[in-house]
Amino acid sequence: MSSTSTQHKLRFSGKRHRLAKPELLAPAGSLEKLKFAVHYGADAVYIGGQKYGLRSNADNFTFEEMREGVEFAARYGAKVFVATNIYAHQEDLDGVAEYLKQLEDAGIAAIIAADPAIVETAQRVAPKLEVHLSTQQSTMNWQAVQFWKEEGLPRVVLARETTMEEIAEMKARVDVELEVFIHGAMCSSVSGRCVLSNHFTDRDSNRGGCCQSCRWKYDLHADEQSVMEPGQNPFTMGSKDLCMIRHIPDLVDAGVDSFKIEGRMKSIHYVASVVNVYRQAIDAYMADPDRYELRPEWIEDIGKAANRPLNTGFFYTTPGAEEHIYEPEEKPAPYDFAAVVTDYDESTGIATVQQRSPFRPGMEVEFFGPGGRQFVQTLGEMTDEEGNPLTVARHPLQKIRLKTEFPVAPLDIMRKRLH
Amino acid sequence: MQISAGSVGQIERYVRAGASAVIVGESRFGMRQPGDIAADDLKAAVAAAHGLGAKIYVNANKLFRNSEIDLLPDYLRTVQEAGADALVFGDPAILLNARQHAQGLPLFWNAEMTGTNSSSASFWGRRGASRAVIARELNEEEIADLKSKAGMEVQVQVHGMTNIYHSHRNLLQSYLEHLGREATLIRKGADNGLFLVEAERPDEKFPVYEDDYGTHVMSPDDICLLEALPELIQAGVDSFYVEALLKSDEYNETVLRSYRKALDQWKSGPDEYSFDERWLDDIRKVQSSDRELGFGFLYKEQVY
Repeated sequence: MSSTSTQHKLRFSGKRHRLAKPELLAPAGSLEKLKFAVHYGADAVYIGGQKYGLRSNADNFTFEEMREGVEFAARYGAKVFVATNIYAHQEDLDGVAEYLKQLEDAGIAAIIAADPAIVETAQRVAPKLEVHLSTQQSTMNWQAVQFWKEEGLPRVVLARETTMEEIAEMKARVDVELEVFIHGAMCSSVSGRCVLSNHFTDRDSNRGGCCQSCRWKYDLHADEQSVMEPGQNPFTMGSKDLCMIRHIPDLVDAGVDSFKIEGRMKSIHYVASVVNVYRQAIDAYMADPDRYELRPEWIEDIGKAANRPLNTGFFYTTPGAEEHIYEPEEKPAPYDFAAVVTDYDESTGIATVQQRSPFRPGMEVEFFGPGGRQFVQTLGEMTDEEGNPLTVARHPLQKIRLKTEFPVAPLDIMRKRLH
Repeated sequence: MQISAGSVGQIERYVRAGASAVIVGESRFGMRQPGDIAADDLKAAVAAAHGLGAKIYVNANKLFRNSEIDLLPDYLRTVQEAGADALVFGDPAILLNARQHAQGLPLFWNAEMTGTNSSSASFWGRRGASRAVIARELNEEEIADLKSKAGMEVQVQVHGMTNIYHSHRNLLQSYLEHLGREATLIRKGADNGLFLVEAERPDEKFPVYEDDYGTHVMSPDDICLLEALPELIQAGVDSFYVEALLKSDEYNETVLRSYRKALDQWKSGPDEYSFDERWLDDIRKVQSSDRELGFGFLYKEQVY
């Protein structure tokens, strides 16, 4: 008897390598961003519609654009989710059913919802829409996960406060898909439990009006005195951004089903770069877990698109002094989107690119595409589409012809160094 | 007329001052209680409240972690055995445990700022909650509409400060470490000597404190809906809540006496009801000069 249980232990206490590949889920603030996210390797994207999402300032999708996005994604075998993650007030309730039916009609695979009012309505009126519980519900224990599973939800997006160990325990105890944020900006509050915007500016944070008051500067007073001495940084609640590229094996082994990247407001360059890196890392790990190695260029590439310092959130320890941003200004990302490749002529080695920000001959640029293809070159002569030589590409969306040192493909990105 | 209380002494004082219900608990289970009443002392607390004819509720509205789940069955049984009149929850884990370990114990739903509409209230209602504690960020029209459609009791905070930000990060300790200041500069727990002042708003002082469950930022002014009580009664609101946190016992007693006078006068005859400015003056006399009394979001339109 005892030898059996010992054997049992020996056989199963090793590291678990799952067969199922996790989903890479990327943000798409616009139809164009959706296309880049999918092309660069996202298995699914999440977008915002015209209503009920938490990014009221984003360039949100019309139903028409959703249909086009769904069709485009389907060609890559990718899905489209819609964030309907507000906490609704009375006035918001009336249109919910109609809106959800339209999402279902548009071919949306799932909504991401926090408010039970929206969860229930979707289950009732749009049965083909999966309902994923939003991180805004701040689910951080296995029983809460179990509750939502019993409510019929196939997936729970966990609170950003959950640790790696807790995730593994949830997965072991409850058979439901777990989605976890692995990259991007984070609320420093428990999600949904912050109404700073409401108090400062009458903008409702839980309906998409967040004005990021947590990143403002504050003076901390203790017993009628500021604790700050001259020259010191003021208090802020602002968190560094999450980045889990160094910990892909842990995430896979914990059983995370969907790796989520934050950033519906982020640029094409950001989304493409970050998706590209995580796609490569996940594929490499799943192909051969035992020989997997973190590649330094992945970290470099993420750095090229990042505008804030990075950290690992709550996965391994509670964030402390090093995980917050007290220093003055955020810097823009060190690289910027210069152009996108629209065509490449193999016989001449000439690429046609569409301008996204100014560039000129003599400038050092970097081309990259899905799967980690990338190279640096100095730009030589360039012409417009009619063949007229140009000394600078200054017009947005202008088509430019230039020679690339290595083959490129449509939707490859040309980026330039800013600082 | 409900108030939070942190000791048996406070329960007695507050009920004598006019509270008809008190809410108690300990920080392991309930967020932002003005003081801990441990599980072992719940019986005495219940006896104190019931002895004076008041109801007593236990606050367990924290968001729990895996490691805390095992504590719930015993705690819920203790709450029920102690004779508490209801248990307040925010995390669905409490619901699952209550079904199993405290059947018959009334449940109130309080998810703080995310309790914003009638459909979500009745969602929790159909799963066992008999009362919804609704967000302080709703206006009067929303409160009335919510109450008319929720099909359950509704509780509104009428007085005191509100929590406006809760993080599981230790933001104050982290900041002191960043400054190179000693961690002991700041006491753990509900401390009324700490404030945040935003750079553009030097006149507003936001109380802030840190406990074992993170950092809490509170509103810079106190809600005072005394003058709006008739409107709220007519809207059908079932319970009025006074937040005792970070206030003196004397302050809370004064507040309760004023609200009690208003409520009693309404009860004795709504048609003859007239607001007595002295009720408000009594509160003004004990109100800290750097905290305004206001209507919160009662008459506000928010945008997003």
